[in-house]
Amino acid sequence: MTNQTPLVEMKNMSISFGGIRAVDDVSVDLQPGEVVGLLGHNGAGKSTLIKMLSGAYQGDAGEIYVNGERVEIHNPRDARKYNIETIYQTLALADNLDAASNLFLGRELVTATGTLDDDAMEAETRKIMGRLNPNFQKFSSPVSALSGGQRQSVAIARAVYFNAKILIMDEPTAALGPHETQMVAELIKQLKAEGIGIFLIDHDVHAVMELCDRASVMKNGKLVGTVNIPDVTDDDLLSMIILGKKPGEKAPAEE
Amino acid sequence: MQNSEQSFIQKLGIDTRLLGMIGALVVLWIIFGVFTDGRFLSPRNFFNVSVQTASVAVMATGMVFVIVTRNIDLSVGSMLGFIGMTVAALQVQVLPDILGLGHWSIWIIAALAAIAMGAVLGAFQGWVIGYLTVPAFIVTLGGFLVYRGAMWWVTKGQTQAPLDTTFRLLGGGAEGTLGETLSWIFGAVAALIAVAMMLLSRKRKSDHGFVVKPVWAEGILMATAAGLIIAFVWIMNSYPIAKGAMKRIAAAKDIELTEGLVWYHGVAIPVVILLAVTVVMTIIAQRTRFGRYVYATGGNPEAAELSGINTRMLTVKVFALMGALTGIAAIIASARLNAVDVGLGTLDELRVIAAAVIGGTALAGGFGTIYGAVIGALIMQTLQSGMASVGVDAPLQNIVVGLVLVFAVWVDIVYRRRTGQ
Repeated sequence: MTNQTPLVEMKNMSISFGGIRAVDDVSVDLQPGEVVGLLGHNGAGKSTLIKMLSGAYQGDAGEIYVNGERVEIHNPRDARKYNIETIYQTLALADNLDAASNLFLGRELVTATGTLDDDAMEAETRKIMGRLNPNFQKFSSPVSALSGGQRQSVAIARAVYFNAKILIMDEPTAALGPHETQMVAELIKQLKAEGIGIFLIDHDVHAVMELCDRASVMKNGKLVGTVNIPDVTDDDLLSMIILGKKPGEKAPAEE
Repeated sequence: MQNSEQSFIQKLGIDTRLLGMIGALVVLWIIFGVFTDGRFLSPRNFFNVSVQTASVAVMATGMVFVIVTRNIDLSVGSMLGFIGMTVAALQVQVLPDILGLGHWSIWIIAALAAIAMGAVLGAFQGWVIGYLTVPAFIVTLGGFLVYRGAMWWVTKGQTQAPLDTTFRLLGGGAEGTLGETLSWIFGAVAALIAVAMMLLSRKRKSDHGFVVKPVWAEGILMATAAGLIIAFVWIMNSYPIAKGAMKRIAAAKDIELTEGLVWYHGVAIPVVILLAVTVVMTIIAQRTRFGRYVYATGGNPEAAELSGINTRMLTVKVFALMGALTGIAAIIASARLNAVDVGLGTLDELRVIAAAVIGGTALAGGFGTIYGAVIGALIMQTLQSGMASVGVDAPLQNIVVGLVLVFAVWVDIVYRRRTGQ
């Protein structure tokens, strides 16, 4: 790890739901141009941890630093203010609206009189989609009429369009075919090269091995450990996920 | 053949649902016209139907937003009664004592009070729904009972009449119209605006290099829009004012009546109000951030929230808007009757919801248009007026309206399934 100021630092984050500690004293960090994988079983707390960064949840305890400065993130608007963009597992698209309306949702372009400038938004959407997914043509249909991959590309376009510095991707390839998965992998490499920091939440150990620089593994709401990907094997990661054991350590006794 | 028809409609770019609703309306008019030997298709009847539709249609435009955001408002009928009674008492008992009977400002104060009262009551309901998270069904069911009871307390059940003479114009009637000349001007201006808006939108689209409709299609649409507006004004300008009312108006304006002179009604003021509300609500729905958020929240509340939309505040605003429109409807309804009794607005909530739903608003949220709700209200009123003029018994009228409502929603569901919406 370098000594450079991290892009994001989440320190000692905790959150409880109805007495259950979904995230318990977890710290992670992210450098510019770095991809950090977040691994763990369903319910390990990785999505919950990251939702405190994207503003969907507010933590009970813990501090968030962006570029070394302490920030308060109370809602998604705050997160966007710090250029934190999120691609949710559910994609978070309004199915009844078209691609442009979804892309600009909450950040619409308006005309001089303050009314929505739908034509300008569509023109911008055509530009960015032309870059991300050149086959995309359904600009006037509601997104419910799109395929899984097309919907995914709308969600990605939304995150990328607004100059994200910090990108959170929650299982971005879960609903995609092999070709589209490859496309997302290319995109991650491209964004990384532009200096964007990415948190990648994924089930797939192989994808994490291929795309990430580091990986933080969670189990039962606690951080098992953070490792440099070049130093570990698939099996190391798997034993961290399943046994909660760091490489070279004995399995901790069940609490 | 079918294919060429389809592509013709597609090129025109008209929503097939709109065509279906207009088709249903025309069929109803023809049926009732036949059964009444043409009486139903007389200018007099079209004038009356237009006036009777106004109050429910104004509220239906607001109900679209309420239902689109996955809520419901069962309180609008009672709220209309409560506002109507309060504002009537204001005109009959309070303001004349302060300002003097017939003071010029009474109608303005009364009208503004009605709208403000509706907005406040609506905002409060919206706050309970949005922030205290009590379901809209329950909150507005409570409002339904509370307002009806509160209405009684305003005057201990006394009917309030007569209302201020200027205020009454807002309800239509022989005096409450634009008159012939103004109606023509109104029609011409409205037609010009409609055509100008279409031209502007076309220019904007082609400036961005998007595909635009062929010129002939755009021409047909413009001619249809302008033609419909002018035809409507022409019909309203063909309904002569009755002799008695003419004498009354002539006396009030100090004009000598000559033998053989005929005056015509023109467009009724409540209809002008309805058209203004429709235009404004359509702009809000399609061209403002607020409108966009209403539809986004209806389509996926979670996504809307994750996009930074304050959905709780949105709920307050939607219900406040619904309340303000109920205030406008209360003005129209009370002014039309020139009296308010404790029954004013009874069952209106169901008429309003039915109008919105017949007009294609989906109860599951996310879909619904303002013009659809207005046409829905027109269909409801046509059915009711038509059956009354054919001589159908009142109980049977209710049965028919009930069946039509269910049938219309079923057709809508089938349509949605077919078009994959």
